[in-house]
Amino acid sequence: MSNAQAVGDLVSQPYKYGFVTDIETEKIAKGLSEDVVRLISSKKDEPSFLLDFRLRAYRQWLQMQEPDWARLGYPQIDYQDIIYYAAPKRQEKKASLDEVDPKLLETFDKLGIPLSEQKRLSNVAVDAVFDSVSIATTYKEKLAEHGVIFCSISEAVKDHPELIERYLGTVVPSNDNYFSALNSAVFSDGSFVFIPKGVECPMELSTYFRINSGDTGQFERTLIVAEEGASVSYLEGCTAPMFDTNQLHAAVVELVALDDASIKYSTVQNWYAGDENGVGGIYNFVTKRGQCRGERSKISWTQVETGSSITWKYPSCVLQGADSVGEFYSVALTNNCQQADTGTKMIHVGPRTRSTIVSKGISAGRSANSYRGLVQIGPKAAGAKNYSQCDSMLIGDQAAANTYPYIRSQQPQAAVEHEASTCRISEDQLFYLQSRGIGFEEAVSMMVSGFCRDVFNQLPMEFAAEADKLLALKLEGSVG
Amino acid sequence: MIRPDAPVLLEIRDLHARVEDKEILKGVNLTIRAGEVHAVMGRNGSGKSTLSKVLAGHPAYTVTGGSVHYRGENLLDLDPEKRARIGVFLGFQYPVEIPGVSNLEFLRVATNARRTEQGHEELDTFAFEDLVRERLKVVQMDPAFLDRSVNEGFSGGEKKRNEILQMALLEPLVAILDETDSGLDIDALRIVAAGVNQLATAENATLLITHYQRLLDAITPDYVHVMAAGRILRTGGKELALELEERGYDWVDQELAALAGEVA
Repeated sequence: MSNAQAVGDLVSQPYKYGFVTDIETEKIAKGLSEDVVRLISSKKDEPSFLLDFRLRAYRQWLQMQEPDWARLGYPQIDYQDIIYYAAPKRQEKKASLDEVDPKLLETFDKLGIPLSEQKRLSNVAVDAVFDSVSIATTYKEKLAEHGVIFCSISEAVKDHPELIERYLGTVVPSNDNYFSALNSAVFSDGSFVFIPKGVECPMELSTYFRINSGDTGQFERTLIVAEEGASVSYLEGCTAPMFDTNQLHAAVVELVALDDASIKYSTVQNWYAGDENGVGGIYNFVTKRGQCRGERSKISWTQVETGSSITWKYPSCVLQGADSVGEFYSVALTNNCQQADTGTKMIHVGPRTRSTIVSKGISAGRSANSYRGLVQIGPKAAGAKNYSQCDSMLIGDQAAANTYPYIRSQQPQAAVEHEASTCRISEDQLFYLQSRGIGFEEAVSMMVSGFCRDVFNQLPMEFAAEADKLLALKLEGSVG
Repeated sequence: MIRPDAPVLLEIRDLHARVEDKEILKGVNLTIRAGEVHAVMGRNGSGKSTLSKVLAGHPAYTVTGGSVHYRGENLLDLDPEKRARIGVFLGFQYPVEIPGVSNLEFLRVATNARRTEQGHEELDTFAFEDLVRERLKVVQMDPAFLDRSVNEGFSGGEKKRNEILQMALLEPLVAILDETDSGLDIDALRIVAAGVNQLATAENATLLITHYQRLLDAITPDYVHVMAAGRILRTGGKELALELEERGYDWVDQELAALAGEVA
């Protein structure tokens, strides 16, 4: 077998998180209507401002069209064939972990996210979300001592309604796009983080999203606010079982950074990607945006996207405050029939704002991987600077890589730089490594992780090794 | 050093190989014993580089006949990585650049793959750093090269020195050095040759593939083989290389033509 074929086999690795937890679930009937929106809101016992927010979003959504500009092909989604709310029974947020269904704890154990007191990570607080509901959050009390709020968004609605009302929907308005409107109408759970003025969050925060039901959509909502001089590093991870139907995941993430605040948001996305023929898998339509509202504030996105059948995602920064900084570091790996259209938007509003974009796309199998990015320099952004670097790596000869950079500048005193490259793992490089005793699989994974180095270096230390392993796993398989 | 009773390390018998549809090796015979230094000389296209790639297991070359045994084991059955692990080393004429992969990490993984095969313990990062710093001296290399990506942005001479550094770390029993002298200035040639000489022992063997006499001024071969049209045409001692230098390769062509005449 030639090396080219062997590389092809190598990237076809079975998904390791494809199991289903057998647990009794409360679900509402399929379909979406104003009544369903009201039902979700009442199930969650929400204040009227939130119901109004949802209903307004629902009405906007009805008027909107599903976008078709991305380089993605998929059959029409039937929005009436989706369940919009599912939760493990005897849910009601538990006071302590002892009361959480052991099956759920076991599930998270199996996923490598131990929640129990003895086994949990010592320096990372975790919010575990199962289908539509947050089942546990670790280290809440310890964080509270520092004034840090870390809880599910449903709890935040109950305990801190004034913060939710002040910030929700201010970065991503409900009518921003089709999927953000849908999310705003039906969002179920997600995480809320609030770091008060001057506080440096004492540990990493992390949310782990798990889809379990087969016919449920997942619509999380995450909101992170860092007040003046505050800083936080947050990571999300996600997996789902293998089903042969497609599931919709439409999340919204909003970040707000005030003067001198900094938010680092990292994602390791490993939703089920479908089988080698493209059957099943998650449709991942996500709107993520951060607003550097304050001067000298900083928002940094790092993403490692390896899962989902379709990824439509552009974590963005609105650089409003003078001297604020936006960063986007991305690794997107697609294999088999996966499609990804992902990138970022850097909107420079304030003077001397700076942004950096580093995107690494790896396409294998028959997959398609597109980078799509916008750098916009507004008329008041004198002295703004952007640097973009977009590199693609092709594995095999049937994969596609595209780069669509959009640059709009209304400011003569701005500097925008864009570099792009495409490479292929060559037979000679593989042979060179092999001729030094390095096995074929390890040679491929060394080269892929070398290609991604600039991005992995941005991940929190605890997760950089994890990401490396995840990529190696995706590339592991039979050789020869 | 020729010792008739030294163990045979590499035994090549009537080796035929092709790349795509073109037959390049047409019956190569060569026996290499421990302690020996062999030089294979010949014009471009004579098949000498192909011989080195076939021995290392490059996937673009297909063996169509003959055999190669390494210490009694059928070498042609083994993957390239296995060949390296058991002690066959190829120093490349054009070492490739591998962006993003740290040279230090690459050297460590390669060294440990060889050590594991030999039943030695793997070296951790600290132990390996000690080893690599010591071996750097063999080729007078700056430790700064360890922090760069494999061969990326290295000059021709630096790449060749990096090859010899790998050889120093892997301690092969058969080192095949393909045109190691090409692209080297006189100083770099001296350093590389000194490195190769330093690594030669009574237990291992070296197969130099070269075009020119000048490498053989610095590394004295026990045997010189002249290759033409995919075969070894003549074998002699080091004086054969001098004869080639004096008379040029035209003489080889005449001999080849005569041979063709005999066959006809």
